[in-house]
Amino acid sequence: MRKFKEFIIEKLIVICGLASIFFVALIFLFLLKEGLAVFNTVGPFKFLFGKSWYPISEPAQLGILPLILGSLLVTLGAAVISIPIGVGCAVYIAEIAPAKTKEILKAGIELLAAIPSVVLGFIGMITLVPLVKSIFHLPTGLTALSGSIMLAFMAMPTIVSIAEDALYSIPKTYKEGALALGATHWQTIWRVMLPAASSGILAAVMLGIGRVIGETMAVMMITGNAAVMPNNILVPVRTLTATIAAEMGEAVVGSEHYFALFAIGIVLFIISFAINVTADLFLHKRQQ
Amino acid sequence: MAKILTKNLNLWYSGFHALKGVNSSFEANRITAIIGPSGCGKSTLLRVFNRMNDLIDGVRMEGEVLIDDTNMLSPQADLVVLRKKVGMVFQRPNPFPLSIYENIVFGQKIHAQRVSRDQLDEIVETSLKSVLLWDELKDKLNESALRLSLEQKQRLCIARLIAVKPDVLLMDEPCSTLDPQATSRVEELMRELKNKYTIIIVTHNMQQAARVSDDTGFMLLGELIEFGRTQEIFTVPRDKRTEDYITGRYG
Repeated sequence: MRKFKEFIIEKLIVICGLASIFFVALIFLFLLKEGLAVFNTVGPFKFLFGKSWYPISEPAQLGILPLILGSLLVTLGAAVISIPIGVGCAVYIAEIAPAKTKEILKAGIELLAAIPSVVLGFIGMITLVPLVKSIFHLPTGLTALSGSIMLAFMAMPTIVSIAEDALYSIPKTYKEGALALGATHWQTIWRVMLPAASSGILAAVMLGIGRVIGETMAVMMITGNAAVMPNNILVPVRTLTATIAAEMGEAVVGSEHYFALFAIGIVLFIISFAINVTADLFLHKRQQ
Repeated sequence: MAKILTKNLNLWYSGFHALKGVNSSFEANRITAIIGPSGCGKSTLLRVFNRMNDLIDGVRMEGEVLIDDTNMLSPQADLVVLRKKVGMVFQRPNPFPLSIYENIVFGQKIHAQRVSRDQLDEIVETSLKSVLLWDELKDKLNESALRLSLEQKQRLCIARLIAVKPDVLLMDEPCSTLDPQATSRVEELMRELKNKYTIIIVTHNMQQAARVSDDTGFMLLGELIEFGRTQEIFTVPRDKRTEDYITGRYG
C-alpha cells in the first residue's frame, strides 16, 4: 500500500513537471498553425518588410515593418533611458548607499515593479503626455518618446535588482585588491567591479529589455497607435503588442487579418525568445 | 632608521579591543614576521599599515602609526598615497578578472596621468621579471589571469604590486594556499625582494617565520608580547609566553 502511494505521488509530480513544457509546446504549435496561414496570401518577405499595414482595406495590405520599427523604437528609447539609470542605481545600492538607505531603496524598487502596467499607462497619459506635448511643441504628446519613458520605469526594477545581485556576488577580494593598490572607490567600481560583473549586468539589461518589448497595456495607452513608418521618436507609433491587443477583438476569425495577427505573435515570440536565451547565456557565463 | 613606527596603537572593532597598546618598529630592507595564534590581532596589525581595516564598519583606532615620519592615522592622511606606498599581498591570491597584462598595468592606469604603450610594455616586462614569471607568461599576456595556477596568481599579485613602486610590502599569510614547493619558491622571492623593499609578513607557520624573517614580533590576545631579532626570539625568548608558543605549548 505504501509503495502504491509513493508510486502515485511520484507520477503526479512527473506530470506537473511535464505540464509546463507541454503547455508551452501546445501554445507554440497553435501559434504556428494559426500564424503561418497568413503566408498563403502574402509572402514572408512582404509581410516582414512591407511598409503599410491596412488590414481591413480591400485588398488588405499586411506589411508589419512599421509595427516592428515602432516596437524597436520604443524599446530602444526605453533602453537608452533605463540602462544608465538602472545600472547607476544598482552601483549606488551595492556599493555606496549606507545600510538604511539601501533597504529603503530596495523596497522602493520592488514597489515600482509591483505597479500594474495599466496604472503606469494611465498615469503617463495624464502627466507625461501633456508634458511631452508642451516641451516639444507637438500636435500630440502621444509619441514613441512618451512610451519609452514610461517603459523605462517598467524595465528599471528588473535591471536594478539583477545588476545589484551581480555586483554583490563579486568576490570581496577584488575590491580589497584594487583599494590596496591605491585605487579610489570610483576607480575600483569602474575598472574592477563593473568589468567583473559585466555578464550579470548584461543579463540584467537583456531581461529588462525583454520585459519592455513584451509590454502591451502602457504602450497602447500612450504611444498614439498610428501604424505609420516612424521617422523620429517624437511621432506616434504602434507596437507589435499593441496591434494584437487592439485589433484581435474585431478581426474576423479565419480571415487574413486574423492570421496576420497570429503571425505578429510568432514574430514577438521569436524576439522575446532570442532575448531570453541571450540573457541566459550571459548568466551562465557568469556562473563559470 | 625605522620605516614604520607604531606608538601606543589601540584598535577596536565595535566593542572588541583587538590591538592593545602596540609599540613596534619595522626597519627598511628587512623581512619582519608577525606570529601568534589565530585571533591574536596579527592580521589586524598588518591591515593598520595600509588602513584596510577602514573597510570594516565600526572600527576605531587610537595612537600613532608613523610611516617615514608621517602619521597615517591622522585625519589628513591621504589613503591613496599611503596605499601606493604600502602595498599588500593577500592570503588568497586575488588577481582581477582581467588579462595578465591588464592586471599589471592596473596600478599605472589609476595613478599615472598618461603612459605610452611602450612604457606600459616595459613595466609589464620588468615587473614580471622581478617575480620570475616573465619566461613562463611572456607569450600569453592577453590571457585571463584567472587561468593561472595558484602560485602564478600569487606571483602575479606581487608583480602587480611592484609595478606601483611601493616602499613596503605587507604579506598576509601569502603562502597559506600554496603547496610546499611553491611556498619555498615564494620565500626565495621574498629574500630577493627585501633588498628593495620593507617586507612585513603575517604567518601562522613558525617555521616559515624562522626561515625567511630577520625580525619577529610575537602577538597574543591583541598585545605585542615580544619583538626582536628572529634568531633571538626563536632561541632565547625573553618572555615565558613566547617560549611556550614557540615550543608548541599552545597555538
